[in-house]
Amino acid sequence: MLREFKADLHIHTSLSPCADEEMFPKRIIEQAKMNNLDIIGICDHNSAENVAATQKIGYKSNIAVIGGIEATSQEEVHILALFDDLEELFRFQEIVYDKLPGFNDEKVFGRQLIVNENDEVTGCNCRLLIGATSLSLQEIVETIHLLGGLSIASHIDRKSFSIIAQLGFIPEELFLDALELSPNCQNQMGSFSDMRINQELYGFPLVTFSDAHFLRDIGKSLTIFFIEEASIKEIRKALSGKDGRKVIT
Amino acid sequence: MKLQKIVKELELEVMSEAFNLDVVIADGYASDLLSDVIANAKKDSIWITLQIHQNIIGVAVLKELAGIIIVNGRKPEAETLKKAEQENIPVMVTELPAFEIIGKLYGLLRSLGFSG
Repeated sequence: MLREFKADLHIHTSLSPCADEEMFPKRIIEQAKMNNLDIIGICDHNSAENVAATQKIGYKSNIAVIGGIEATSQEEVHILALFDDLEELFRFQEIVYDKLPGFNDEKVFGRQLIVNENDEVTGCNCRLLIGATSLSLQEIVETIHLLGGLSIASHIDRKSFSIIAQLGFIPEELFLDALELSPNCQNQMGSFSDMRINQELYGFPLVTFSDAHFLRDIGKSLTIFFIEEASIKEIRKALSGKDGRKVIT
Repeated sequence: MKLQKIVKELELEVMSEAFNLDVVIADGYASDLLSDVIANAKKDSIWITLQIHQNIIGVAVLKELAGIIIVNGRKPEAETLKKAEQENIPVMVTELPAFEIIGKLYGLLRSLGFSG
């Protein structure tokens, strides 16, 4: 049966050097529960190593956790890559790791903590996750699609690491599945529904998520999908308005 | 050349009084791609960019850069400035576009024997 699902698909964990170190699976799920979210997405910078732990906790609390990566292209554009299947997600992670040079300097950029489902730190990622891959935007989007994932351009209204800021406009041959607006966008430029009018400018579906780096920001911005179940397959249908699925907000 | 002199000659606006302008600038690098700066900028250089995000400070610390000039009248984000003060990376802004400020800076450094 089709129903409304409240989704915040862009949340960072303690693995992202720029995220708060309280961003652990249990606490993220607690916060999501408090904000009545049905689906969350875990998208750390260029890594997915805290996804599985968060999924385990989410499962117990009846919150669907979709695994993802916020990949950085060589143009320094952030792209959300979301997958139904962990296997596909980790294959994407392998491709990203292979093209991501450098090592993290914890003192400069922050720690990159890997945690388990009990919020215990089990290790650190030593790669330069804040850095850019040598993959082009085009290659990233094509790779995501080949692996069956969803590609969403992050926070297109922001001046940093967004496709608009870095490239000026969206290339016609780039088949993004949606564009994400940041919470700021709603504050600064009127309501989300006003912004939706502008989607004709780009021709892509618009969504809005929190890009939370702190617990308090989880659910600050969300998109309601009218779908049958919490999956990328269903969300893909909603974005293209197929089979009665749709984006509601 | 001391940063203090560059600030004066190029009429740069220094974004905080906390910055130490007594550092010596050995070279310059211009780029808006952080990954390019990580790969190619040399130590003690002054970096010219339009980026205003806090990551520029991280990159400057990593590469031991002597300071950052933000062009086109763009102002650093509040977080950027906070980090800059913590890490003591002087941040200056200019109303001039990159082409003009880089031209002036290059001439200034060259007048003192800097060969590029």
